[in-house]
Amino acid sequence: MEQRAATESTVTLEEAFGPGAPVVLFDRVRLSFDETVVLSDVSFTLLKGHTKLLLGASGSGKSTILKVLLGLLKPDSGVVWVNGHRIEDLPEEQIMPVRNDIGMVFQEGALFDSLTVAENVGFKLYEQTRMPLDEVRARVEEVLGFVGLAEYIDRMPSELSGGQRRRVAIARAMTTKPRLLLYDEPTTGLDPITAATVDDEIIKLRDLEEVSSIMVTHQLRDAFYIATHSARRENGRITIVPADEAKVREAEFIMLKDGRIVFEGDAEALRTSKDEYLRKFLS
Amino acid sequence: MLTLLERWTKASLADLQGYVLLVGRTMRAAVSRPFYVHDLVEQLEQIGVGSLTVVLLTGFFTGAVLALQSGITLDQFGARSLVGRLVGASMILELGPVLTALMITGRVGSSIAAELGSMEVTEQISALRALGADPVRKLVVPRVLAGFFMVPVLTVIADFVGIAGGWVIATFQMGVASGVYWSSVTEGLFWQDPWVGLTKPFFLGFVIVTIACHVGLGVTGGTQGVGRATTKAVVRASIAVLAVDFFLTKLLVFLVY
Repeated sequence: MEQRAATESTVTLEEAFGPGAPVVLFDRVRLSFDETVVLSDVSFTLLKGHTKLLLGASGSGKSTILKVLLGLLKPDSGVVWVNGHRIEDLPEEQIMPVRNDIGMVFQEGALFDSLTVAENVGFKLYEQTRMPLDEVRARVEEVLGFVGLAEYIDRMPSELSGGQRRRVAIARAMTTKPRLLLYDEPTTGLDPITAATVDDEIIKLRDLEEVSSIMVTHQLRDAFYIATHSARRENGRITIVPADEAKVREAEFIMLKDGRIVFEGDAEALRTSKDEYLRKFLS
Repeated sequence: MLTLLERWTKASLADLQGYVLLVGRTMRAAVSRPFYVHDLVEQLEQIGVGSLTVVLLTGFFTGAVLALQSGITLDQFGARSLVGRLVGASMILELGPVLTALMITGRVGSSIAAELGSMEVTEQISALRALGADPVRKLVVPRVLAGFFMVPVLTVIADFVGIAGGWVIATFQMGVASGVYWSSVTEGLFWQDPWVGLTKPFFLGFVIVTIACHVGLGVTGGTQGVGRATTKAVVRASIAVLAVDFFLTKLLVFLVY
């Protein structure tokens, strides 16, 4: 609570402490590289089980938000709360436990070239836990089965297609059952059919595993698909269906322009916005 | 507006600061848990066993050419039998450590810079951090320890092979008796010489690998940046090897002799 008193309180910040506190809270976060402003007064919250879809042109600061959230970059000012931890000033050693509850899917997957798919997916469990090897293997098989790639377990990343690499990256991010998943342009550069399979995995994780998520993309089709669909498990079979109205409202869009948030709202509000920049982006 | 010189100075100082910080973090990580023993063994094999061929060839031909060249000069003084003394002292004190270090710079320094650079531009380093692993502990420490321990081993091998190369030329081309050559090698050395020759490679191995890791982890600018980093690592480490060798020799001569 000392940390809280040290910072000027705002409405957004108050939300971090009440019941049903958000999983992620950004409060007036600023970041510059030399003279270039990358994030300027960025504030938002993410509630448990919800999805935030960050849109914006290249260089608008979308991926930077994910890196700040993971503690890979330190903001110049502002407050960042993740899963109940205030992280903006935490040193690297103290931020490690916070990262244990976050899964990140990097652009292009960022799989380790020298490790097999199994070693990539089970990396955290192999390296940082004392879990018996056969149990790690079982968990790796389970998550690879979830993304439909169980038969690729002993392949090397170089033997996989672009879409398969992204799905392995999703499997790697979910191995330790994190409460929060971050996706950095998971479908960029993929053909529409492969992109749809990656979108389905994201929807399945959100709705069946109740994982909160933030997805950075400039692929509008994928963003709207994820916002307007939900996953259902019936008789052991998973299907993706159009989401009901309440579920659609849970997925919030954030539009960034030059490091600033210029829009925040649901899919309907984004579609009907009269803002000139948004209209241009959506056209 | 900063002038070009100011910008260059600022960038160079920032780079030097980054290197010093990396060395500090590496040394702290090397003496605290967790240890990545498997990665260390892998690097010992890659740096040590992997560099054996190039070190054997370099050592042999260096010793052979040294005997060949010095033989001509020694003949002018009728001192052909002293060729072993010259080859032994040169290999153990200077050529063994420096040439081995330069060969390791070319083979290992470039490969480390390229590997870590590729991992940086493909976000694998960020992925490591996101997965809760410290890239310094996981990637830098095993490489630095492997360089620190394997460069001296390779240097000793290069010394022996070099002296053997000199023996081949001395015996079969110059007609120096085998026994004369070997006794000349041992007689030509002070007892401090092997210690000096063996101390230097520890420092050189450390310098080569820390520079390569620093350059590799600082790569920006995609695949082009990786190419530039490889060249930069080799150039910087080669110059550092020669500079460190000079200052270390000066210090060791002052301390040991």
